[in-house]
Amino acid sequence: MSITASALPDTAAVPPAPQGGAAARRGPVIPLRYVVGRLVGAAVSMLAVVFTGFFLFRVVPGDPVRSLTRGRAMTNAQLATLRHQFGIDKPLISQFGDYTSRIVRGDLGTSYQYKTSVSSLIGSHVWATVYLVGTATLISAFLGLRIGVRSAWRNGSRSDRANTGIALVLWSMPTFWLALIMIMVFSVGFGPIPGMFPTGGMSSPNVHGLFPVIWDHFRHLVLPCLTLVAVLYAQYLLTMRATLLEEVGSDYLTTARAKGLREDDVRRKHAVPNSMLPAVTLVFLNLGTAVSGSILAETIFSWPGLGSLFYEALTVPDQPLLEGLFIFFSAAVIVMNLLAELLYPILDPRVRTS
Amino acid sequence: MIADFRRRRAGMVGLGFLVLTALVALAAPLFISANDLSAAFAPGLPRRAPSGHFLLGTDAYGRSMVDVTIWGARISLTVGVLATLLAVGIGALVGVVAGHFGGWTDTVLMRVTDWFLVLPVLVLATALASVLTPGVGTVVVAIGVTAWPTTARVVRAQTLSVESRPYIERAKALGGGHWHVMRVHILPNVMPLMLAQATLTVSAAILTEATLAFLGLSDPTKVSWGTTLQLARSVGAFSAGEWWILMPPGVAIVLVALAFTLVGRALEQVLNPRLQERM
Repeated sequence: MSITASALPDTAAVPPAPQGGAAARRGPVIPLRYVVGRLVGAAVSMLAVVFTGFFLFRVVPGDPVRSLTRGRAMTNAQLATLRHQFGIDKPLISQFGDYTSRIVRGDLGTSYQYKTSVSSLIGSHVWATVYLVGTATLISAFLGLRIGVRSAWRNGSRSDRANTGIALVLWSMPTFWLALIMIMVFSVGFGPIPGMFPTGGMSSPNVHGLFPVIWDHFRHLVLPCLTLVAVLYAQYLLTMRATLLEEVGSDYLTTARAKGLREDDVRRKHAVPNSMLPAVTLVFLNLGTAVSGSILAETIFSWPGLGSLFYEALTVPDQPLLEGLFIFFSAAVIVMNLLAELLYPILDPRVRTS
Repeated sequence: MIADFRRRRAGMVGLGFLVLTALVALAAPLFISANDLSAAFAPGLPRRAPSGHFLLGTDAYGRSMVDVTIWGARISLTVGVLATLLAVGIGALVGVVAGHFGGWTDTVLMRVTDWFLVLPVLVLATALASVLTPGVGTVVVAIGVTAWPTTARVVRAQTLSVESRPYIERAKALGGGHWHVMRVHILPNVMPLMLAQATLTVSAAILTEATLAFLGLSDPTKVSWGTTLQLARSVGAFSAGEWWILMPPGVAIVLVALAFTLVGRALEQVLNPRLQERM
């Protein structure tokens, strides 16, 4: 949970070099060894995810066939047929063989519950999640980084203390509870506040015309998006503040001031660029947090994305779907991580030279 | 160090609140009986608004929300603390071993740590909780197994800095084995950092516990803040605007998690002089 200690990469510890230096910038863009190293690292992580996915969900207690056929009279022969169909009557080792060869071919299996392929289920739900998480990330990163910069610049002031306080409270708030409160206050209406927003879903039926549809869509987006923004915002603010505080008081800022630069320019052109790296990392790394937040927000607001799908799969339990989503979520985080690592040397010449 | 901590107002307020909460949670059996918490023979009518008799109204079974919220602190704090002990234990072990031995051991352990660090914690924890039989113990394990990587990284960094001090070399030259150096020289030096990490982990653990309980992965018969909120949602308390059922457990979670975070941040500042001037 410690923000300064956890999410930041080692690169944050590199001593600040004033403004990169033009010579370094003209050097080789990204060393090949660095790129290959990161790619291999990501591949190893992916392999680990695939292995974990198998063993984690293969030991689920309770028979998925039984829970699927609950309430229906089934003969033992019928149950056996279903088990055979799902391929869970084989010994674990041959199941693992089937599993790996499937994954290699990009086949994530067939959902017990929907009877369709997991990949197509993910495909049909992924955009709702990308849309929600993307919007929330943009808003919270914009607000969090901006206010974080101001907070650090006026370290210890009343506004800094208020902003940090708000961030810490949001940080300590359970996502699902915040979502429930949002529904109670803004969808149902509470006291003098009328119910303004729909309780869930992505759109209402019987809305026609371009603008009404867009408006309807927007109204559905507001509450889940606000919930996610609240969840993500704190981390952006606190990290940006902490990293910029490392720069405040550096000699090169004194120099910039001595040159007669305005305070705004000192901040914008000198201090902030040097502390952008951890902030950018965070935008990418936060995807893990965003996924968790999204599961809860989507479940409570019945947003038809991957989070709702995960929750549904959990209640069955729909083993192949859970497995597929686990692999997909982890893969997304690993890919984002890789992108962040490949971006560092472009953003910060200090990483290139070290 | 203690005097330094006492000067940090936010940390002291957090600590005071936590001590108070812990005392109330410990003393709860003295003024809340099993009957007060019984779902079948609840003392009041279900979902009644606050009144003179039930200061915060009643929940879906008709139990007093005051009693339910106070009792919930017991499970939430227990799970939070136990999961943290597990997480900090694993994290410290991995961190000290990686930092002390270095080389391949370090590379492999840190690779594993980084891998755990990027995995979506909730997905992993829910998966673990659904794999094991639902219950409080399962939740402790699920949180403990997913929450250790941060501690491992912090402890490793501190171990590396301690390892480079001359007295470690002296201890080795005098014939001190790995075990001796780690136990006698490194552990005491990483202890304070572990304490700071622990307080920060507790607050994350309490939030995760509530979330897992809310998702129905804990023991639903045990009264905790998470299960109370799950019950509230399943009967539709929020669409009925029954704020007295929703607010107390949620506010309790926020306050306790916040208090742990404040104490953790204050400890970090006391321990890390570089942070000290900054916050």
